[in-house]
Amino acid sequence: MRSLMTGLKQLYGANPLHLLSLLGGFALVGYVISILGLNQLWDSRVWWHSIVVWFVGAIVVHDLVLFPLYAIADRSLGAGWRAITGRLPAAAPRVPPINYIRVPVLGSGLLFLMFFPGIIEQGKRTYHGATGLTQSPFLDRWLLISAALFGLSAVAYAVRSLLVGHRQNDDAPAS
Amino acid sequence: MTPTPPETDDDSRPPEVQRGPGDGRQPPDYGFPSGLWKAIEKYKPPGIPSDKAWRSPLRGPWLTSVFGFLLLVSLPLVILTGLLDYIAYGPQFHQAIPGNVGFLHLPFFNWPTRPAWLFQFTEGLHVVLGLVLVPVVLAKLWSVMPKLFAWPPIRSVANLLERLSLIMIVGGIVFEIVTGLLNIQYDYIFGFNFYTAHYFGAWVFIVGFVVHVSLKFPTMVRSLRTRSLRTELRTPLARTRPEAPDPDGLAASSPSPPTISRRGALAVVGGGSLMIAVLSVGQTVGGAARNAALLLPRGRSYGSGPNDFQINRTAASAKIDPAATGASWRLTLLGGPTQVLLTRPMLLAMEQHSADLPIACVEGWSTTQNWSGVRLRDLAHLAGVSAPLSAYVVSLEGPGIFSQARLQSNQVVDPDSLLALKVNGVDLSLDHGYPARIIVPALPGVHNTKWVRSIDFET
Repeated sequence: MRSLMTGLKQLYGANPLHLLSLLGGFALVGYVISILGLNQLWDSRVWWHSIVVWFVGAIVVHDLVLFPLYAIADRSLGAGWRAITGRLPAAAPRVPPINYIRVPVLGSGLLFLMFFPGIIEQGKRTYHGATGLTQSPFLDRWLLISAALFGLSAVAYAVRSLLVGHRQNDDAPAS
Repeated sequence: MTPTPPETDDDSRPPEVQRGPGDGRQPPDYGFPSGLWKAIEKYKPPGIPSDKAWRSPLRGPWLTSVFGFLLLVSLPLVILTGLLDYIAYGPQFHQAIPGNVGFLHLPFFNWPTRPAWLFQFTEGLHVVLGLVLVPVVLAKLWSVMPKLFAWPPIRSVANLLERLSLIMIVGGIVFEIVTGLLNIQYDYIFGFNFYTAHYFGAWVFIVGFVVHVSLKFPTMVRSLRTRSLRTELRTPLARTRPEAPDPDGLAASSPSPPTISRRGALAVVGGGSLMIAVLSVGQTVGGAARNAALLLPRGRSYGSGPNDFQINRTAASAKIDPAATGASWRLTLLGGPTQVLLTRPMLLAMEQHSADLPIACVEGWSTTQNWSGVRLRDLAHLAGVSAPLSAYVVSLEGPGIFSQARLQSNQVVDPDSLLALKVNGVDLSLDHGYPARIIVPALPGVHNTKWVRSIDFET
């Protein structure tokens, strides 16, 4: 019995419970799609109005567009910072600015990612029909919130730099 | 406290200690058919990052498990409130969308009218919590990215099936977030029916979620024990060390020096969630908080008059002919021995009742106002129906899914269920349903039919 289990584990790559959970899951998803109706997944008139396109597209856009973009942006930020401090170590600020840039960029980017329909006025007609209003304030509001995030970060950076400066000056005689 | 010895000790173990697959840093053995998996390994396409390309010193099973734990305790609330809202739409009357869901629903029950804020609460929680979790979902996905690009992609059939199952959970969660976000902003660029897609997408996600949790729960518990959250919250950048290498390859094999502490990264994610909470909760709770919902449709002010509150579908978009709402308008009551026709002055001459009730929408926003008009049970009595089992309300607007709604018995006889004629002491505006609209405690907003033409009390 034991050797049978080991054999199965080697053959399949995991224990039988793993196989049963996954097969059960696939069967259930098959049922979900069957109840929805396979034909509902695809829109033969406008291909990109298909549910399946948006479902798979969600993975592709996140994994192959959004993630590489923000990872490259962040790595460039780090590389740029290292290049500057490497060449001019004396001119390097006492407090590394990297997180004071990252945080407001992330905040502003997250808000755009989540609320871009209002910001770029997409879905104008349905928005107006639903609410009786226009989307005109959203771009300005997003810009103002972003300005506030960058401004707060700048203030925090200035305060931190001053504090670190004082501490270093206090420490100077002792070191 | 580490229950398992550090992975680096593996190599110093006596050779007779058998290594199970997936135990330690070494890649696990290949399952059947190993020739195929090894062949795939040789054809690494360009653009797939190597193991050494992953340099974050924070990635690792502990951090992934922290995000996983947060989602494990919070997502069931989003799922449950979403499924409850399907019940609130009245599936027993075939007016919940999508219509045919097989076994994919909670047990049907009559949606209660008390507490009056029930739907405001369930739908508000569904939407606000869903929004608040977006940063956590993004962080969780970031933390497991090395696995997506790991090469070889498949080492066994188990591996293949597990990767396929991730399509359900990753596709499911991102699909639900995207469709939900577009819907609450009235952007229907996707072209398909929102309710259908969001409902079935949710079930695909639920299946993926349950499978993933059942496979990964032991790993999560084990990983959470490798570090103490309390210690991490006290560890500054200078003392931040990478996590130990793990069999799943989440921790970088050659990490860069950290630029942010682990607690700092958690604070960034938590701060993002907090910011989203502040910017969205006002849509649901109203009051002064509404002004903070700066980027959402229902944070806007309409003015300070009695009718200046959030409109759901203007009269113009419902194609209401203003002439049909004038003096010639009649309310038709059906279901009794004879049809009863009432003018607006006749309705105003009846006993008036007022109640503070929320309009709460499936998009998560709500607004509580003081409504007054005639009790629905009084109208049933007038029609000659003493114990209605349901009431079918039809609007003046043309054919459409929300131009009519059926109310349950408890929703007809509740003392606060009204055919409202006034709001905040003045006549309803045309956009709010003049000459008369339904307002029922805890009923989804769109079923509070506006511009009512007839009510059929069914027995």
